[in-house]
Amino acid sequence: MSKQINVALIGNPNTGKTSVFNALTGLNQKVGNYPGITVDKKQGICKLSRGVKAHILDLPGTYSLNASSLDENVVIELLLNKNDKDYPDVAVIVSDVENLKRNLLLFTQIKDLKIPTILVINMSDVMDRKGISLDVAVLEEKLHTKIALVSTRKNTGIKELKALIEQHKTLPKTQCLNASSIDPAYFDRLQKAFPNQDIYKLWLVITQDANFGKISRQELDVSKFKTKSTTELKRLQQKEAIKRYQFINNVLKEGRHIDRSKARDLRSKFDRILIHKVWGYVIFFVILLTIFQAIYDWATFPMDLIDTTFAGLAEWVKNAFPNGGKVTDLVAEGIVSGIGGIVIFIPQIAFLFLFISILEESGYMSRVVFLMDRIMRRFGLSGKSLVPLISGTACAIPAVMATRNIENWKERLITILVTPFTTCSARLPVYLIIIALVIPEGYIFGLSYQALTLMLLYLIGFGMAVFSAYVLDLVMKVNRKTFFVVEMPNYKLPLPKNVLITVFEKTKTFVLEAGKIILAISIILWVLASYGPGEKFNNAEAIIAKEYVDLSNTALEDKIAAYKLEHSYIGIVGKTIEPVIKPLGYDWKSGIGLVASFAAREVFVGTLATIYSVGSATENEGIDTIKTKMSNETYDDGRKVFTFASGISLLLFYAFAMQCMSTLAVVKRETKSWKWPLIQLVGMSTIAYIFALIAFQVLK
Amino acid sequence: MSLTIADLKKGEAGVITDSSSNDIPLKLLEMGCLPGNVVKLLQLAPFSDPMYLNINDSFLAIRKETATLILIDKINE
Repeated sequence: MSKQINVALIGNPNTGKTSVFNALTGLNQKVGNYPGITVDKKQGICKLSRGVKAHILDLPGTYSLNASSLDENVVIELLLNKNDKDYPDVAVIVSDVENLKRNLLLFTQIKDLKIPTILVINMSDVMDRKGISLDVAVLEEKLHTKIALVSTRKNTGIKELKALIEQHKTLPKTQCLNASSIDPAYFDRLQKAFPNQDIYKLWLVITQDANFGKISRQELDVSKFKTKSTTELKRLQQKEAIKRYQFINNVLKEGRHIDRSKARDLRSKFDRILIHKVWGYVIFFVILLTIFQAIYDWATFPMDLIDTTFAGLAEWVKNAFPNGGKVTDLVAEGIVSGIGGIVIFIPQIAFLFLFISILEESGYMSRVVFLMDRIMRRFGLSGKSLVPLISGTACAIPAVMATRNIENWKERLITILVTPFTTCSARLPVYLIIIALVIPEGYIFGLSYQALTLMLLYLIGFGMAVFSAYVLDLVMKVNRKTFFVVEMPNYKLPLPKNVLITVFEKTKTFVLEAGKIILAISIILWVLASYGPGEKFNNAEAIIAKEYVDLSNTALEDKIAAYKLEHSYIGIVGKTIEPVIKPLGYDWKSGIGLVASFAAREVFVGTLATIYSVGSATENEGIDTIKTKMSNETYDDGRKVFTFASGISLLLFYAFAMQCMSTLAVVKRETKSWKWPLIQLVGMSTIAYIFALIAFQVLK
Repeated sequence: MSLTIADLKKGEAGVITDSSSNDIPLKLLEMGCLPGNVVKLLQLAPFSDPMYLNINDSFLAIRKETATLILIDKINE
């Protein structure tokens, strides 16, 4: 039985905490969720020596132990709860050599909780370039800690850090300063009220409750101890911050020397161009174009490959198990095509996360936020809304989660509400097939009509997002204080290892989360299409055979299958909603696709594939076949189902409708109420219906 | 009328004299926006908003509406 040391990695954002985590654990890590909230919980195992292992928990980045977001709150909740199974034996505080002063604020707070603490000073490789020299012995003595000078870029210092973790029992628990001195009388009373509790912990609990709202904390209830107003408490917190910085400045005066003449200033050189009033925007626009090019052009090659592979696989299943009956059908039509429908999105999602993580790692994203804040604010959004809106072009789920660092609640809420308007990759297959169906081939100025239509749909989505943000900003009355602080980190060359791990983890999460739902729907759809109630479905063979006596065998099978589909459960659903969707120009088969799409849009094409392949004896997957079948589809009187009018109507419907259960679920979790996802569902779908209705009625 | 960070011009610096307004987020205080610390205006976005500052060795951007709450004395160089 080997023993395990619980290690918590804590640090400010942009200190390279995740790089340290990756260096310690390698690929030996997993990302999960904290119970009940969507904050990522990253943990991993690090082998030390002689069978000793460390369990490393990478806590969300935070500037202090005073939380203003759910992510930050996770850190405090853990450090205040000694009974938590993840409560650290040792806290490893990651700091950046260039931002030591600010990083040490958090360090001193954690020291004051009497948790054994190691200080990692990361990016030590830039010290010479910045003219910084450190007296580690002095710093260790003054801060009552052990220090590891680490460079994750040069891969140095990790061995030393591991050794320090292993000897965690020798670390001093001495506090850095006595916070009680900011108001001795008050702290005295507090201690008397809770004689068995640690005084700094009590103080954190009280300010936490006042500032962030109470979270279930059975261990310690301070609600009865109310002797200060929120304003007074904040005054005290300011006093505390001043006191901490005094301590830190004294420590750094002795332990750190900066020779500014040696410092090379890359920051201002880059800033001069990247946030230039003209060039800044031009560069950003070019970067955006590159991202879209990657997602919608470079990604098509692997996507086609995946498409062919899965179509082949489904075919193979059918041929390999011809006697499997319903089971073979379920595997081939339900499960294999369902999984294919998820896997097909991997290239796009991976490309998107690749770009976003490079932009974030390099420090560029903060510059974009800086550039765009004023413009976005005009529409009730924040500069920080940009990352979600860009992410939204891949998938709204990570996009909604990326709104978390928007401090202003109203701006955050609006961002969450409008993000699903941006054209996510799930809409793409729907767009592609309908555009191919109803938009004629041809060119104008060397651009194809079809490509232009696609581009237009993106602009419409983005335009609707911005417009509805503007409207929401006018109508919403949310009285919460506005504030906005963006750290402008140093420019860094992204570490390939970090980028790749991020891409891998995020893509995996997306595939598993969204995949579960898509797969489940594919199976349900298959079942609903393969079974039906009553005589008509179960005796289809006899009924059709009696009606069409002189048909050939294949034609007869086609008729039977179509008849069965019409009277299957899903056919009944489609027929029931037909009156509602008829004004939009859709028949009951598209209706089925529409209903299924309310679970997730990407199932539309899959559904039509299922419907048309279920409805036909000639089994053939592949988009071209579906397209041909759709374009041949007619009403009883011979009119075509998919015309220019109904196609445009369908495109607009998909552009605006809220058709994604996973997104609604995430919105519910992030806003902690059903109100907002419901508003989203009803609002967006109404807009979609109206636009589709107008389009069809005008164009038909 | 005392000066605030919003009165700084590009490249100018000041010493913070008061940051006790209730509307200043705690996070900003913790990043070093405290009396006695030096603040330098590095760059402005179009329409002078947001402002890109160096406060207490931290590089950060805040909106003008927050900047007007932080009182300073200008440093003349």
